[in-house]
Amino acid sequence: MHETKDDAAISTPWGGGHSPFAINSKKFGMWLFLVSDTLTFAALLLAYSYLRLANPDWPRPFEFNPGIINATIMTVILLGSSLTMVMAVAAAHANERAKAVRYILLTAGGGILFDILHIREWFHLFSEGYGFGASPQGVPLFGSAFFGITGMHMAHVTIGIIYMFIIAAGYGRGKFDADDVEVSGLYWHFVDLVWMFVFPMIYLMSIKL
Amino acid sequence: MSAHGDPGEPHAAGSIRLFTIVWVWLVAITAIEVFLGYETQHFSPTFMLSLLIVLSIVKAILIVSYFMHLKYEKLSLTLLLIPSTVFCLCMILIFFFPDSLRLLQFRTH
Repeated sequence: MHETKDDAAISTPWGGGHSPFAINSKKFGMWLFLVSDTLTFAALLLAYSYLRLANPDWPRPFEFNPGIINATIMTVILLGSSLTMVMAVAAAHANERAKAVRYILLTAGGGILFDILHIREWFHLFSEGYGFGASPQGVPLFGSAFFGITGMHMAHVTIGIIYMFIIAAGYGRGKFDADDVEVSGLYWHFVDLVWMFVFPMIYLMSIKL
Repeated sequence: MSAHGDPGEPHAAGSIRLFTIVWVWLVAITAIEVFLGYETQHFSPTFMLSLLIVLSIVKAILIVSYFMHLKYEKLSLTLLLIPSTVFCLCMILIFFFPDSLRLLQFRTH
């Protein structure tokens, strides 16, 4: 077959060719979802920053010890689970099914550990009088903003854990292929990425403005 | 691997060793950030916030390009995803900065 000029045109990335981004549709769908989720979290974090500037008496309950140390451990755990996810995707592409499933379950384990530490921190704050729309030194907005953002992130982690278990079960039984593992990896890394902004903006910036 | 036929395509790039190096960098940047959070009294809040945001953006770029593999995808995907996201974020910031800087001037203490 000769390649005519027209064929060349539609095979270029912007020519509306058969697969302009050279990825499958599931992966493309996940990327589009992640872009919209980025904006959700950006809006939440900027709302937090705005409320914080608007209230000079914004509560700062995160002392270096234990608040920031705890959040640092959570950050490292989440980063570690991202690394095991990368290993899982690499193993899946190398067709090492059992190894990939082990790494996916390890990733889910990191997520569960993160959730446990986070919920423990929440209950600690509840015992100090913080709550949804409640704060001991006034400014109840702090409670709404803090638990709103971290709750939204925790919901993402929890959905991610369930997603990992489904992928591990389906991939282990041969129902899903390596591309499905890669798509779930995209989601997991994104949850990690969001925390990389929540951690400095809420915990580390817990200083006098 | 089913969707990609050609050998030596994107997935061949990026070894476990490279990903581990990227991970070590991510942890190191986190350590710098925590150190900044510990040494708060030496920096002004504005300087510290700017520094933290820049470091976080560096981490985000590392995660997106290596862990999320965007560096090894076709350029067309990056050009579709990144500029549109940055544009939308700028549209939020256009309203955020004037309003929040005005708030600072209303402060009594």
